[in-house]
Amino acid sequence: MSNWKLICKLDDIPQLGSRVVQRVTGGDIAIFRNAEDEVFALHDKCPHKAGPLSQGIVHGRKVTCPLHGWNIGLEDGQAVAPDVGSCSKFDVKVENGEVYLAV
Amino acid sequence: MSNPPVKPRLVLIGNGMAGVRTVEELLKIKPDHYDITIFGAEPHPNYNRILLSPVLAGEMTIQEIVLNELDWYKENNIKLHTGKQIKTIDRVKRKVIAEDGTEEDYDRLLIATGSTPFMLPIPGNDLPGVIGYRDIKDTDEMIEAARLHKHAVVIGGGLLGLEAANGLKLRGMDVTVVHLGPWLLERQLDEIAGKMLQKSLEDKGLKFLLETQTEALIQGESGRVAAIRFKGGMQIPADLVVMAAGIRPNYSLAESSGIYCNRGIVVNDTMQTYDPKVYAVGECVSHRGIAYGLVAPLFEQAKVAANHLAGYGIGRYTGSVTSTKLKVTGIDLFSAGEYMGGKDTEEIVLNDPHGGVYKKLVIKDNKLVGGVMYGDTADGPWYFQLLKDKRDIHDIRDSLIFGQSLVGDVGHAGKSKAAEMADNAEVCGCNGVTKGAIVQAIKAKGLFTLDEVKKHTKAASSCGSCAGLVEQILASTIGGAYTPAALDTKPMCACTDHSHKVVREAIVAKNLTSKEAVFAEMQWKTPNGCDKCRPAVNYYLISSHPHAAKDDPQSRFINERAHANIQKDGTYSVVPRMWGGLTTPDELRAIADAAEKYKVPTVKVTGGQRIDLLGVKKEDLPAMWADLNAAGMVSGHAYGKSIRTVKTCVGAEHCRFGTQKSMTMGIKLEKMLFDMYSPHKVKLAVSGCPRNCAEAGIKDVGVIGVDSGYELYIGGNGGIKTEVAQFLCKVTSDEEVMEYSGAFLQLYREEGWYLERTCHYMERVGLDYIKGKILEDEEGRKAYYFRLLDSLKDAKDPWATSREEQPIKQFIPIKLEA
Repeated sequence: MSNWKLICKLDDIPQLGSRVVQRVTGGDIAIFRNAEDEVFALHDKCPHKAGPLSQGIVHGRKVTCPLHGWNIGLEDGQAVAPDVGSCSKFDVKVENGEVYLAV
Repeated sequence: MSNPPVKPRLVLIGNGMAGVRTVEELLKIKPDHYDITIFGAEPHPNYNRILLSPVLAGEMTIQEIVLNELDWYKENNIKLHTGKQIKTIDRVKRKVIAEDGTEEDYDRLLIATGSTPFMLPIPGNDLPGVIGYRDIKDTDEMIEAARLHKHAVVIGGGLLGLEAANGLKLRGMDVTVVHLGPWLLERQLDEIAGKMLQKSLEDKGLKFLLETQTEALIQGESGRVAAIRFKGGMQIPADLVVMAAGIRPNYSLAESSGIYCNRGIVVNDTMQTYDPKVYAVGECVSHRGIAYGLVAPLFEQAKVAANHLAGYGIGRYTGSVTSTKLKVTGIDLFSAGEYMGGKDTEEIVLNDPHGGVYKKLVIKDNKLVGGVMYGDTADGPWYFQLLKDKRDIHDIRDSLIFGQSLVGDVGHAGKSKAAEMADNAEVCGCNGVTKGAIVQAIKAKGLFTLDEVKKHTKAASSCGSCAGLVEQILASTIGGAYTPAALDTKPMCACTDHSHKVVREAIVAKNLTSKEAVFAEMQWKTPNGCDKCRPAVNYYLISSHPHAAKDDPQSRFINERAHANIQKDGTYSVVPRMWGGLTTPDELRAIADAAEKYKVPTVKVTGGQRIDLLGVKKEDLPAMWADLNAAGMVSGHAYGKSIRTVKTCVGAEHCRFGTQKSMTMGIKLEKMLFDMYSPHKVKLAVSGCPRNCAEAGIKDVGVIGVDSGYELYIGGNGGIKTEVAQFLCKVTSDEEVMEYSGAFLQLYREEGWYLERTCHYMERVGLDYIKGKILEDEEGRKAYYFRLLDSLKDAKDPWATSREEQPIKQFIPIKLEA
């Protein structure tokens, strides 16, 4: 069963932007918000060379890694073809303007 | 229960390169819009017809030239009928009927029936052993003939004929090429190059009969063709006759259904026929009276047709300039445009018959309009780009014939000629991609553009310095199929069909002040752009409307959002500004304190005369900036597409050779330009005398003090491609240095495309153009200078503002308890 944790308010994440959630173990998680106010969560580590995806440019349902420009799908954590790789994703939900993460 | 909405039906007649390319473009921009059905007369999936010649020559296999495997049709839910020729188009009932009775209804019809070889109307043209050269079947037949027979005759000394002849020769046949014209490839080459080509082909063992007309083909005892007779009575043996005397557009199907045809299916600039539900692309089409037989124009047509089929209605096809490359291994030949020249053109010729090199460039009104190259075609793509861009070549005319100077091109050991490179030679030094890997990807994946090669191989996708080399490899691998897009019409990215030029002009002309307005007005295909177009659009907005358009941080690359440089481990580097490269004990003390307080692992002196603190955690940035601000320091913008530094030498203040006070001048310039964003980074230098210790010759703006004033140089670059700055003018006062260099930088800010350095901007528009704007038009210059000062009038230190405003949240991580 998922354990939903309150992370922040939706408005604490800029549209087409992200925030970093630091965990004690297991590495950082990047939480993204797109223009439609959909929220996504991925391990903050590009499958290419471990770049911090949270620092990338968000567009549509994708983020572009700031280090070498790989595009990663926000919904599934998969690299956009022709690149190949994947990054683990986390369940996230928005209720009453608050963002919850399943950890 | 409700049924899913019924999709409109698109039927494509012709499973070849142009038609399928249109479908691919359509799927890219609007997948799932249509139910798609494709009819192909051949029993194969779509293959790369232009690579039939390498197949015939034994250099590739049929499997290698397939572009879309059967699985591709399945994955995209496309119904494919192979081996079925369409007999009737019923435009009233909107359906097509194949010869075997198969019927399909359509809402939109796309005709791409291609062309057929022209069979000379002479006796015996239907004998066994007499073929055209068009498809896999013909190729198989030639390969089979080469196994069983000896004598081959190819009628037609054009591209296709020569490639066929070369292939048959390599397969062991005795080959004669019969040609009506006075020299080979007379539609692509002038006489000198045509004769040089003939000589090299003769050296390979081919025989030629020029200015020779065929009269009849003679049947042998076996019933197969046995000989060919020419006008005048001469006769030679022929067990195989390949007709390569031209192609005829295949439009009889369209014509019989009542669609207007005139030597091809007549289409308008949106690739629509006279029946608005019916589109046509490819060799079967007549556009503005021209039927194209090369693949590059067909792809441009495909793009336009797809856009209109998708209902976006953007883009027009206005015709193509084509280039040619012969795909015969070991022969380098390139031609483009009006290669013959005429009475109002001039020619620059380099002729070295002994060395086997011939180049001719045809120039009209200071623009390149055509060219022929034989023996050394490395610069073909570059000339072709100049031609398509209609670049004024006046200022590079004296060295034009020698090609694009690649001197100083770093990162690939000075190798600049694709053809000479071994397969294991590294082309892209950033990503470690070899020539072999690029060629392999081009062939295996059917790549046609630089962007596709970038995506699949990563070559030229980082610093981009090898892009020219990759283009050469592309051109030499796929030959005439390669066409670089003209710079000012090349789409910004996959989100739009508009070029940088068009987007920027619209932002100014329509007074667009937000990215949303731009995306709506210009009908962007994606909801909010991508990492390529959004930063560009944001820059165009804030530079075109300095105080009206609001900067959008989320459209900026992370470095400009975090006001520091991201490093490979996700930490940042911080560079405080040191005006003109000068500092004080207090500043140094503050830097040292900050380095200790925030546990900075590396402190480095930069090339731009300042100090870099590397390895800072993002969450420490605001506090570190506060400390540095308190000591009077501001952001050095070492991270931005912006003013970086003004490097100076000691100058007349201390130096015994100094003629001008270079430090003071440098500080003045740096203060004037503080917080200036630009298409790409901008670096300046001021030297106090011609010894030029500040290395002003490789800066975007270089100032060199002389006894009587200052010399100004522009467009230098010390990075990827070393470019020596060009002399702009000489001025006498500090104020003039500021005005002239400020005006030039504003011109670049207003006209440069995003990520175009000053040297590239200058290469595009020409130094004369810039001189016209800055030197010859005093009022214009002052206006540029004024606009620069006006847009920078409330420049603020981003380190200070980012601590005060909302964006500070980005620096604070959210801590999750265990």
